[in-house]
Amino acid sequence: MTVTIDEAPSARTLTEAAVRLSGVSKWFGKETDKPVLDGIDLTVAPGEFVCLLGASGCGKSTLLNLVAGLDPVSAGSIEVTGGRAALMFQESALFPWLTAAGNIELALRLRGVGKAQRRSEAERLLSLVRLEGAAHKRAHELSGGMRQRVALARALAQQAEVLLMDEPFAALDAITRDVLHGELTALWQETGVTVLFVTHNVREAARLGQRVILLSSRPGRVAREWQVDIPQPRRIEDAAVSELAREITDELHREITKHARFAQGSATQRSGIKSKETRRDG
Amino acid sequence: MANETATFESGSFEDASIDASGGVGVGIDSASAATAAKPVADNSQNRLATLEAGLDALDTAAVKTRRPWWRVLISRVLPPVVALVVTLAIWDLLVVMHVHSGEIMLPGPGDVWDSLTTNWGPSRMGAAIWDSVYRAAIGFAASVVIGTVIGLLVARIAPLRAAVQPLLSGLQNLPSVAWVPIGIIWFGVTSATIYTVVLLGAVPSIAVGLIDGLDRVPPIYLRVGRNLGARGLDSVRFVLIPAALPGYVSGMKQGWAFAWRSLMAAELIAISPSLGPGVGQVMKFAQDNLDLSLAIGSIIIILIIGIGINQLFFAPLERRLLRTRGLSRS
Repeated sequence: MTVTIDEAPSARTLTEAAVRLSGVSKWFGKETDKPVLDGIDLTVAPGEFVCLLGASGCGKSTLLNLVAGLDPVSAGSIEVTGGRAALMFQESALFPWLTAAGNIELALRLRGVGKAQRRSEAERLLSLVRLEGAAHKRAHELSGGMRQRVALARALAQQAEVLLMDEPFAALDAITRDVLHGELTALWQETGVTVLFVTHNVREAARLGQRVILLSSRPGRVAREWQVDIPQPRRIEDAAVSELAREITDELHREITKHARFAQGSATQRSGIKSKETRRDG
Repeated sequence: MANETATFESGSFEDASIDASGGVGVGIDSASAATAAKPVADNSQNRLATLEAGLDALDTAAVKTRRPWWRVLISRVLPPVVALVVTLAIWDLLVVMHVHSGEIMLPGPGDVWDSLTTNWGPSRMGAAIWDSVYRAAIGFAASVVIGTVIGLLVARIAPLRAAVQPLLSGLQNLPSVAWVPIGIIWFGVTSATIYTVVLLGAVPSIAVGLIDGLDRVPPIYLRVGRNLGARGLDSVRFVLIPAALPGYVSGMKQGWAFAWRSLMAAELIAISPSLGPGVGQVMKFAQDNLDLSLAIGSIIIILIIGIGINQLFFAPLERRLLRTRGLSRS
């Protein structure tokens, strides 16, 4: 069996961290409100590929926004090596007024790269995602998959040591997604970048991650994690990947089922329901 | 997800997955079986590259070839020219058939042409046109500056927005000629009155266009900008302004129309020798002298200038902005 289950990766905490979350909580509005994220402890080693998985409401996108520094944490702390992380969204979010190369050059410019270097560097990054020919294309002239590759090149242009990906392939068709899984794996191995990849697709997580972390929903907590030792390049159809996906899905379903019980249990206790019943009686 | 785990039963799952990825999956299998163990990584990279190239080719729709210039000319220029010729023909026909009766007179196209070319002469009409266009240009330029400042302030400061935005929309509905009496009482019959009317006509449109443009900037662009390291002025320069540009330009386009319209109204009412002749004043002169040909000629000139500047300047700019962003309707 290539899959080992590892609920407390003690060995990992000894190594240096690319991302370290300590007791991170997030609530929107008042502190008394139910938190979206509740006491997340997570350490990602340099060069590691970690998939964050969860049903809706687990706050996985919120977590990425916190790590990216786009939102403040409500409690706890986040450390990121180099102080910043590149973020890639589900929608490519390429700027439509710029060409593919222009988008990448802007990222380089904002990083302080000189004008002379920008063009050649943008070319290099585009060829990294095999889009040399698309330098002068604009977002609307590219397919969804090509757009995400340009977005990936733009994220790499930031030269952050950590790459955060927020369901980057969720909007793509299955064939394109499968190809981009291969592309991303190859780039990750080539660049040694640390990846924190958020998804709600279990098989995608099993296909990509060295570690898969399952978050519970409302509030988001680390429910369980899997160390994945299946060597890359994997295929989504590999038996081991399917086996793991099956196991994760079972666990995910258990997490989701808890909410069904919780909802039923609390519904009978809720005063709103009672008052409805009394009204019906009266 | 539930389906995937449910169908996973020894061999049956493999079959299902190959079906799902079709020929692609099969192709990979046969290729990897043919190669030795060592160059697998390189080879898989190559396979990925070819596969991706194939997908890109399939995904990229046939490139739209640019229509030849004469086709564009025919589809864009011909219809309005035909409409113009037909209008002139009907007009001339009406005059020839003496449809007008009693006190209602209708000069023919030829009469109007004569009054514009000979009676008023190119020099006098030319001077009037120059005067009007000059005033419109100054008034519009000032409106852009003032409208931009107001738009930025109102868009950025919430209490100001709550207070001023309804007023700005309201001002767009108020015909700016309504300001002429107040302008004359305050400033007399001077350029100041004319410019006041032009500004009050154009500024609200430009400000509203800019506010609209800023409001419609998708928040994700600002987040991407921040993640890329654009803060403060950089964020405004590299993200906010380009993202808001289409709304801003359409506001300016409308602002120009309002500026020109307001100017003509103001010129028609505010008349003084010190102001010099604008096209509006020529029209007033025509009214006073019952010179119908000249009045109609002036209207045609006002139309030509208004439409011409829009077609030469604002329309192409707007079209280009929308086309590069993939937003054009055509």
